[in-house]
Amino acid sequence: MGVEQKLGNMGVVTISLENAVNWARTNAMWPMLFGLACCAIEMMSAQSAHYDMSRFGMELMRASPRQSDLMIVAGRVSRKMAPVLRRLYDQMPDPKWVISMGDCASCSGVFNNYALVQGVDEVVPVDVYVAGCPPRPEALLHGILTLHEKVKNEKMVKWS
Amino acid sequence: MLKEIVRGLSTTFRQIFEKPVTIQYPEVKRPVRPRFKGRHILKRYDNGLEKCIGCSLCAAACPADAIFVEAAENTDELRYSPGERYASTYEINLLRCIFCGYCEDACPTEAIILGDNYELSFTDRRSAIYTKEMLIEPVKPGGKPTPQKVEPGKFTRSIPDMQDPQD
Repeated sequence: MGVEQKLGNMGVVTISLENAVNWARTNAMWPMLFGLACCAIEMMSAQSAHYDMSRFGMELMRASPRQSDLMIVAGRVSRKMAPVLRRLYDQMPDPKWVISMGDCASCSGVFNNYALVQGVDEVVPVDVYVAGCPPRPEALLHGILTLHEKVKNEKMVKWS
Repeated sequence: MLKEIVRGLSTTFRQIFEKPVTIQYPEVKRPVRPRFKGRHILKRYDNGLEKCIGCSLCAAACPADAIFVEAAENTDELRYSPGERYASTYEINLLRCIFCGYCEDACPTEAIILGDNYELSFTDRRSAIYTKEMLIEPVKPGGKPTPQKVEPGKFTRSIPDMQDPQD
């Protein structure tokens, strides 16, 4: 468009800042070490050698919310856990994303009762919902790829 | 001591030549087990008519209340299913569904089966509601799309006769 036409074939690659930042964000998105129920078993499995989430730049789960970019809400959220979850979310530095993994986190699934939050999007803004009870590790990876697609299309004005 | 170090490190170095166990997921997919339960599929007969007769037994059996069925009457001019009624609306909220397969067991005409698609992730909750058009399988070769026009008196039973039920 601009510079590369004037420079000719000099081995210079130009990219918009938006794309560069979004590319960087998708390729180093560290999730928080945070499991609530049986979905966490599948989340651990997605980290293990057979599925290996670190292929997508999720090198390791950070136990501190200060060091993580992605919150995978893996499991049902009880009413008592909801303020804790919100606090952990507030402690994460921007930009941050939330994957609601499984039916319980997304809309409480079979548990339509007073003890559980009916969908974690009552508490935190959710980017991607992954269906399954629990989802296979591949389904979680598919959710992560969906999130990557979403992040790659983010506009600069939306950056907070 | 040196012997132990060499023995230990030889185990380590042997791993270099092992094949990695990682399945490269988006490119390579691990085949699912025969009894795996994934996204639902609404089946059709060979002639293209829908197997679902809109009886709502799947919705009654569903422990998560994920299924919504609304039935309407078939006529011989506009025939969707061989029974008396058909499902005019069939919606499954895949974020509620726990893939237990009770709907499959409850169905009297084996219209709904759980397939092997597990790649279900959505960016909003509304798009998780799959409608009948998204769930129903395409018409097999030789079949006609629904609604079909049939001659009167061919389909008289309220529940179609099961040729050879599987369970």
